[in-house]
Amino acid sequence: MPYLGGEETVKELRRALSNPHVQGDPLRHRSTVLRVIRVMSQGVDVAGLFSEMVKACATTDVVQKKLVYVFLCSYASLNPELSLLVINTLRKDCQDPNPMVRSLALRNMTNLRLPSLVEYVQQPLTAGLRDRAACVRRVAVLGWAKLHSLQPHADIDAAVVNELYSMLRDNDPVVMVNCLRALEEILKEEGGVAVNKAIAHHLLNRLKECDVWGQCEVLGVLQRYRPHSEEELFDILSLLDPCLLSPSVPVMAATLGLFLSLCCRGLPAVSLAALRRAQGPLLAACGSASPEMKFTALCHVQLLLRSLPGLMGEHYKRFFCGYAEPAYIKQRKMQVLVELVNDDNVGFVLDELKGYCTDVSPDTAQAAISAIGRIGRSYSDQCLEILTGLLGLKQEHITSVVVQTMRDLVWVCPQCSESVCEALEGCEDTLQDSQGRQALLWLLGVHGDRVSSAPYVLEAFVEQVRSEMAAGVKTELLTATMRVFLCRPAETQDTLGRLLHYCIEEEADMNVRDQALLYYRLLHCGIEETRSVLQGRRSDPSLGVLIGRPAEPVSQWARSFNTLEPLRQCNAGAESAPQAAPYHLALDPEPSLDLSDPLNPSQDRQETGEMAALHRGVAWDQHRAHEHQDGPAADVPGPSRPVKVDHLLVPVADQ
Amino acid sequence: MISQIFILSSKGDHLIYKDFRGEAGKDAVTAFYEKVTALTGDQPPVVMSHKELHFVHIRQGGLYWVVTTTADSSPFTLVEFLNRLTTLIKDYCGSLSEKSVRMNFALIYELLDEVVDNGYIQTTSTDILKNFIQTEAVTSKPFSLFDLSNVGLFGAETQQSKVAPSAAATRPIMSSRGDQGGKSEIFVDVVERMSVVIGSNGVLMKVDVEGEIRVKCYMPSCLEMRIGLNEEFSIGKSQLRGYGAAVRVDECSFHQAVKLDEFDQHRILKVCPSQGEHVVMQYLLSDELPSAPPFRLFPTIERDNGGRLLMYLKLRCDLPPKSSAINVSVTVPVPKGSLSLSQELSSPDQKAELRPETRAVHWDIPRFPGGAQLSALFKLEVPGLSSASMMEVGPVGLSFELPKYTCTGLQIRFLRLTPVQPGSSQRWVRYVTHSDSYTIRI
Repeated sequence: MPYLGGEETVKELRRALSNPHVQGDPLRHRSTVLRVIRVMSQGVDVAGLFSEMVKACATTDVVQKKLVYVFLCSYASLNPELSLLVINTLRKDCQDPNPMVRSLALRNMTNLRLPSLVEYVQQPLTAGLRDRAACVRRVAVLGWAKLHSLQPHADIDAAVVNELYSMLRDNDPVVMVNCLRALEEILKEEGGVAVNKAIAHHLLNRLKECDVWGQCEVLGVLQRYRPHSEEELFDILSLLDPCLLSPSVPVMAATLGLFLSLCCRGLPAVSLAALRRAQGPLLAACGSASPEMKFTALCHVQLLLRSLPGLMGEHYKRFFCGYAEPAYIKQRKMQVLVELVNDDNVGFVLDELKGYCTDVSPDTAQAAISAIGRIGRSYSDQCLEILTGLLGLKQEHITSVVVQTMRDLVWVCPQCSESVCEALEGCEDTLQDSQGRQALLWLLGVHGDRVSSAPYVLEAFVEQVRSEMAAGVKTELLTATMRVFLCRPAETQDTLGRLLHYCIEEEADMNVRDQALLYYRLLHCGIEETRSVLQGRRSDPSLGVLIGRPAEPVSQWARSFNTLEPLRQCNAGAESAPQAAPYHLALDPEPSLDLSDPLNPSQDRQETGEMAALHRGVAWDQHRAHEHQDGPAADVPGPSRPVKVDHLLVPVADQ
Repeated sequence: MISQIFILSSKGDHLIYKDFRGEAGKDAVTAFYEKVTALTGDQPPVVMSHKELHFVHIRQGGLYWVVTTTADSSPFTLVEFLNRLTTLIKDYCGSLSEKSVRMNFALIYELLDEVVDNGYIQTTSTDILKNFIQTEAVTSKPFSLFDLSNVGLFGAETQQSKVAPSAAATRPIMSSRGDQGGKSEIFVDVVERMSVVIGSNGVLMKVDVEGEIRVKCYMPSCLEMRIGLNEEFSIGKSQLRGYGAAVRVDECSFHQAVKLDEFDQHRILKVCPSQGEHVVMQYLLSDELPSAPPFRLFPTIERDNGGRLLMYLKLRCDLPPKSSAINVSVTVPVPKGSLSLSQELSSPDQKAELRPETRAVHWDIPRFPGGAQLSALFKLEVPGLSSASMMEVGPVGLSFELPKYTCTGLQIRFLRLTPVQPGSSQRWVRYVTHSDSYTIRI
């Protein structure tokens, strides 16, 4: 942030700081120092005042001292020599009768982060470990960790490590926890603190004395402990059981994490029981007043549901969206709702989701419609009724998402195709965006025999092909017209001819042109050949229904529980979605399904869920990249086709 | 483990920056701000990463509160810590805003120094911190007529002196100016948030009430406080309910420091409050309410011959006659492309407008007494209105505040301090219910 007049300010501050009248008046001196810090946090470079500030450090005013330390710690690394001057004051403060001054001096001595000062710091730190006041010991213990990170390769005194181990028995719980933290850092290369039985039991016994943050830390360290017998394990578990219901969410999460790491391998039943027990506090966190906490809890609920599908089925109402909630919470809640659907609540859930479909935010509306589509895999009739009703709204963004959702639904549930085909009539006028039109074209192509108006809709598209911008729509149009031609040749022949002519003669986009050429040559090879290439599978029911999905073992995700991972995964998915849009725009994924399906049917059919569509797009893109290396003539995706293509090339080359 | 903490204003100005471990440079702040402003509406913002850095942030008081950390840290701990930090700073500075953070930066640096060392959380308890914090808070008190209203006219004791000014609980907990700022007061707030869905037939589809009892203590030394709840207070579904004033909640949890030895017998909570604000008890009631939901809506929606949309809304407040709702705002989503709105409201202090950006009609009612019924007639010009467009009308969202009212009926019978404080101590009890989300389907 540029701050105008910075230099002037610095000059003026220097004058004030060196003014003997100011130095003589504690209040004025303090307020001048305060101004320096204020200017510093506004982003002005005040490093030039270093020597004046060092002098200001020698004062009895604790507030001023603290302010000067804030300054010194920010700029010490730029002035290592001048910082030596501070050390004397700091060492003197370490002898001060006031424990607060001692701890302050000790903390800032180690915060200067200057390797050259290490030799001056060690002695006061050693003394600090044996200080009467707990607040000094707390600082001294962490001070050793800071020294270690300054000189990561220097060996730390074994005596210090031993002393730290023995200080795990300190009366003050914060000192104890700090010892754990310091040892973890110092002994990082050896794998952290050696948690033996004595230490583990000591920590467990003193857990109650610690505050929330200390408890989380201790529980985290204990994850490394392996009990020697099953009896000991169960003793620990029953000791920790009340913590699973702790009103503090971090403690509950840390305890659950410990439970999972202790028994997810040996005793899956126990870890499942722990999950069930922790669902209450987790649900409460989902209703927390802080949206960030809500989000964190929701992401972890999704983790739990992987192993216990339908766990919170009867609490589905807790996942209904509040109307003023931020969009990211709403979407996450809908994802959870989809997982919780069962025979009893499906009606209520769908009713609620239906209300979100007309949300003012298009993102939320879209998420709600796709959620209905996902539920449609198990309860297709009810969902199709809602989706069809939404088409009646004749709104661009809604219609587009509905058609896309129907496309995905038909692929998984072939029994829906009848009603989808009926619903499609007339929605081509509302569709504006390319993704929605691609979805419609795919549906028309694959189910052209059932949609009576299919050839005429395609004809309208072909008439406007000149003004069409998206290449993806054109390739999809080509494929769809070809398919409809195969089942209804009389009505489509003329349209197809015009389309092929335009694409081969006038089209500027190479991909579209190549594809048109390919189809043209394919038609030369005979109708049976064409049919075998173009008419692949119409659906893949193996992608399965939502309900009755096998539960994952807890160990699959136990490691990422209570880390940033579950929150970030969602982030990654959402971040790549808009990036994936250009793929959809430029190259439609759907032809790849049908062209490559007969060749390598199991290619990427294994993925479930919304990510599948995205992956399809990416996979297709990789094929494309591959082709461009091979040369522009190879039209068919996948490396298994080049022979045939070469063969096809021959007759056309003559023309 | 926390590597850095920084506080940014909503415009991206650096207010506070503190590096605890020297692992990442100051450019992390800029990187964070670029990332957070580039997010689209649907992307979850809480956790973001930039190279090796991971940002966890919350938004409070219009500010970004950010920590940078490693991937294996606990998100629950960090989010909870940030929330706690904001309450701590609110306790010390009086209020939470860009202005108060700017004015009290020295105090905040001092707090951060004591709260976190080398990236580890040391303590967030005001009892411990008050021994270390030396800087005094700077507050800005805007001149306000409301404050004057509390001053007795010519020294006369008026009725109003029984009510604390609303700003009383927004002052810093520490102040050396003995007589004026250091008043030993204690505030106990019962705050409930209700989220309700009412079906189109008027049936209650979903109701959740989340409540908490907050204690904000300005007393330097208070040994023990006894909070008496309703005697007929029961927890859980199984217990039988008597007649009358029984109060029931489904789940209930208490702060660690609460002693419950008299809770089972007499429904008394014993706490030794430390300075600052603390949540003593949280409770939850779901799926039923002891009384009728506060608002019912009777809508009539139709198309008239001219292709206009007519909405006749009758809103009834079912609160007891002595209570009233304030700041009621009704949001009615309307079909896309609605052009203009003509309105007939029953009183001049109400307001209604059509906001195209939210595609909704907002109807604001400053005060709504219990038992009253208000009605409004809206006529909307919607080109190309079809029967399907009617689906876009609704669901109606309400936001409101119910002062001096709790939905669960929870009351505080008494508040006793031991040892008995000298005369100057004042105890205040406040009740309020907020609408977290109140949706009525049409």
